[in-house]
Amino acid sequence: MNKKETSVSDMEEMLEKLKAMTDTKDSDFAEQITNMEKLIESKKKNIYSNLTPWETVQIARHHKRPVLDDYIKLLFTDFIELHGDRRFGDDRGLIGGFAKIDGQPIMLIGHNKGKNVDENVIRNFGMAKPEGYRKALRLMKLAEKFNVPIVTFIDTPGAYPGLEAEERGQAEAIARNLVEMAQIKVPIVCVVTGEGGSGGALGIGVGDSILMLSNSIYSVISPEGCASIIWRDGTMAQKAAEALKITASSLKELKVIDEIIDEPLGGAHNDYPSTVKSVKNVVLKHLKKYKGNSESKLLKKRFEKYSNIGVFNK
Amino acid sequence: MAWFSKSKSKKENKSSDIWIKCTKCENHIFKEDWHNNLNVCPKCNYHSKISAYERIGLILDSGTFDEINISIYPADPLGFVDAKESYKDKVAKTRKKTGLNEAIVTGTGEINGIKVVVAVMDFRFMGGSLGSGTGEKILQASNYSYDKKIPFIIFSASGGARMHEGILSLMQMAKTCAGIARLDERKVPFISVLTDPTTGGVSASYAMVGDLNIAEPGALIGFAGRRVIEHTIKQKLPDDFQTSEYLLEHGFIDFIANRSEMKNKLYQVLSFYNR
Repeated sequence: MNKKETSVSDMEEMLEKLKAMTDTKDSDFAEQITNMEKLIESKKKNIYSNLTPWETVQIARHHKRPVLDDYIKLLFTDFIELHGDRRFGDDRGLIGGFAKIDGQPIMLIGHNKGKNVDENVIRNFGMAKPEGYRKALRLMKLAEKFNVPIVTFIDTPGAYPGLEAEERGQAEAIARNLVEMAQIKVPIVCVVTGEGGSGGALGIGVGDSILMLSNSIYSVISPEGCASIIWRDGTMAQKAAEALKITASSLKELKVIDEIIDEPLGGAHNDYPSTVKSVKNVVLKHLKKYKGNSESKLLKKRFEKYSNIGVFNK
Repeated sequence: MAWFSKSKSKKENKSSDIWIKCTKCENHIFKEDWHNNLNVCPKCNYHSKISAYERIGLILDSGTFDEINISIYPADPLGFVDAKESYKDKVAKTRKKTGLNEAIVTGTGEINGIKVVVAVMDFRFMGGSLGSGTGEKILQASNYSYDKKIPFIIFSASGGARMHEGILSLMQMAKTCAGIARLDERKVPFISVLTDPTTGGVSASYAMVGDLNIAEPGALIGFAGRRVIEHTIKQKLPDDFQTSEYLLEHGFIDFIANRSEMKNKLYQVLSFYNR
């Protein structure tokens, strides 16, 4: 929690106390409560409409931010997890399976961040290994066969940078997905819900619609990594976060994403139900867009979409 | 102050008028021998970096290269400024110094009479990093391959994504792979030749998905940087980690070819292609 957020949370605590006092004692604080609520609302509005990129990074990584588990419970129904890449193992950092959104069947694939140390030890902080990307591809092919659209939820610091990941071909696994996802014959809707960490995010991030939650980030390199390479100083991360243009609004301007999903005031971590509702509505809207499209039209559009990304001189 | 650094650099380069010190085996080699051996150390077979045009000269039949999209050069979509200079200035300087407009040279040509489309990366241009212009040139080259059904060969030499272009650089991985994905549809071969170094975002996109992946000996090939991995696993990595030989052993490379035999190897493989 940053300083600005702390002041809001202090006020919220006071508000709760006032309410409690109203409940237990005869005294009435109705007026004070209304004033306090108004004050908190305006303060939140002020904070959340003026976030610096670095503050956005903090929110995108917030330990209370909804993770895939939460969306599975609150947004989807009938989730059936499907395990394993059929080659090496089952990655817990990247999971997937059939699910329903508003009764509609889809294939859900997403990074599986945890919320505490125990969860994150098992889930590797949502950092996938080659077997994770290969499982994702297997499930995407399955979705193609079953003719159900694919929805991916992106939230990872990056692909796992470890010895065994290199041995088993981290680069090849991600690269293969980029090639295959360009040609999968069902609609693909990708949602960056928290951290879009470079190639690790892109490995399940090629699709027809790319969406981002308003306080999520998507970057070619972490601000810390960029700072240590360019400024040779990890503490320059704040500066790097600005320079890299990693916020949802920057990505919209750069024409990399299609739509920003607004988070409730105070950020997704402060209001799960509203967040889930917004995500659901926007995802459904985009799924609807591709309904009835022929395979060839879908692939042609997808190819054109990626052909047009980039800015250069001629 | 100036003459201090000048004299120092003079000392470092003193041998380089006649000698080249191999960075691998540290032997001193006559410059002429080094160049006659295609910038490969005659003592230890270390394949040092060569420019895109030098490589084109080694691979294509002489006089057959026809360059396309020569005028594409980087823009500065983020207004990026690093510790020393702006991206704009860096690009201007690099273009002047290398005579290149981007980190890749693309075009058509022939290998012993077989028509090919080539895209050759040049490490001197910002470490061969993958910018929007680089990605566009690769896509255009692969589109040409697709339209004319001519085999496509990419020679990679790259540190990975170009940070100065932020997310647009990352998206070039998807863009180039979208182009390559289409080649299957028309059964057009795509050969990836990995040279030193092929790392990060370039290894995690087009470089690793060739119908054939061929590497030069001893090239550094991998996704994450050595230091990052050592920091993650808190262990020293083996010496041959992320080399061509290591990748061959782990099943990601079809074969390793010396620079001197690369052209003939490519020809041999392409002669099996029945269009």
